[in-house]
Amino acid sequence: MPTYIALTYTADVDWSSPEQADEMAEYREFGAAARAVIRGGSALYPTATATTVRVSGGKGGDVLATDGPYAETKEALTGFYLLECADLDEAVATVAKMPAAWNGAVEVRPVIPL
Amino acid sequence: MLTGDAASQQGPAADAARPHGPAADAAAQVIRAERSRILATLIRVTGNVDLAEDATQDAVVRALQTWPRDGIPDNPRGWLLVVAQRRAVDVIRREARRAGKEAEALALLDPAPDSPEAVRDDLLRLVFTCCHPALSLDTQVALALRTLGGLATAEVARALVVPEATMTKRLTRAKLKIKRAGIPYRIPPAEELPGRLAGVAATVYLIFNEGYAAGTGDDLIRVGLADEGLRLARLLVDLMPDEPTALGLLALVLLQDSRRLARVDDDGRPLLLAEQDRLLWDRAAITSGVALVGQALSRTPDNPDRYVVQAAIAACHALAPSYDRTPWDAVISWYDVLLTVHDTPVVRLNRAAAVAERDGPAAGLALVGAIGGLAGYPWFHATRGELLYRLGRADEAATAYRAALALDLNGPQAARLRDRLADC
Repeated sequence: MPTYIALTYTADVDWSSPEQADEMAEYREFGAAARAVIRGGSALYPTATATTVRVSGGKGGDVLATDGPYAETKEALTGFYLLECADLDEAVATVAKMPAAWNGAVEVRPVIPL
Repeated sequence: MLTGDAASQQGPAADAARPHGPAADAAAQVIRAERSRILATLIRVTGNVDLAEDATQDAVVRALQTWPRDGIPDNPRGWLLVVAQRRAVDVIRREARRAGKEAEALALLDPAPDSPEAVRDDLLRLVFTCCHPALSLDTQVALALRTLGGLATAEVARALVVPEATMTKRLTRAKLKIKRAGIPYRIPPAEELPGRLAGVAATVYLIFNEGYAAGTGDDLIRVGLADEGLRLARLLVDLMPDEPTALGLLALVLLQDSRRLARVDDDGRPLLLAEQDRLLWDRAAITSGVALVGQALSRTPDNPDRYVVQAAIAACHALAPSYDRTPWDAVISWYDVLLTVHDTPVVRLNRAAAVAERDGPAAGLALVGAIGGLAGYPWFHATRGELLYRLGRADEAATAYRAALALDLNGPQAARLRDRLADC
């Protein structure tokens, strides 16, 4: 069965803050309901904690670490799930039940099996 | 009607390598008709659009080489399916051997059931796969023309007015996405059908129009496309007998197609509605089309469907005993309804043409003048030209006809407009 990653893009939030408790509860509810297809995933700390790393001058070159996310956008990458679904329709149906789907958007992509 | 009888596009050329003569033509026609069914079945069996296309193409080429010489086999579909399947098995074996998965790969190739039910379902699966919402609408249409319509990539590119290289990339990307993202090859469950139907209906109508708008009647591919559109519209009604969109689409396609024989003169020039010999219209198609409009309307009391309304307009024309006795009041009212659900400049143009017939060219011209966004649409200029001509403003009419001729028209349509220009 193909594996998909579902990347949740929403307003940049701090999931560890008490204000997010309600939404976290919704995610836990979703997690319980979709247990059959969820293979992994996590919520992410806000983009303020992100560090973007580049190596300049090719492999083995200088490591350049800068503050902030790779792309600065209004809606940020706030979490991800790994899903194992029969096909894209099942993945879409699953993702449509994530709070991020109505609080933002969810990008679904097939994962290359390694 | 003053505007074109259907959306117009230039036609793809016939298969250059095809042998000629009546036997070859008959063979080619059967092959065209069966091609998409074979492809649909092979996609189900192999789960791979590219492989299925290659194998189907291989079988088609073999048939085109042998049938004109040996005659069409008793069971053409079976013949094509066997050849295509053999070809697919060869490819799968070769690749499986490389990966050491031969047994697993061959298990994929069960002998395909060939019942009418299975063929119907395979085709519908193909329709819904091509029209999957995870593909862009442009891609849906292109993929459907390629796989369901059997057009070559160059022909799809020409039909959709896109450079061939762009179209090749778009189709390759689409097939990769189907495979990699796991777009399923299936008819969606009942609760998803209504949401998926809009894209499917748009695509089927476009396939029909691609064939129908050719008009010249001597190009097998295009006639085949119109037939394909009609067949797909029937399939949708089989699948969703209560959906107004499906009923309206079939009604519209039947009513437009009922005029097929009357649409061109002996020289292959398109004839306007006013000039067509109504005795050549297909009465049986009109009767079923009108009945379907009634059925569809009874299912849409408060929220009209655009195909049903367009079919109702077509029915007004189909039922009029002569052009002069067209019920213009009814036609215009239906256009008003259509504008509430599908307000486009082309619909406004067609409504203005109907108003010109009822209230005179000055009234029509005033409405045409108020429509924006159609400078690149030849029928906008042609309609203006006609109305100006009727008002005796020959110089302005000539300018409008020249503007139309500067745009994309197929040969016979351009010839018609040049005749009008000569009268100015």
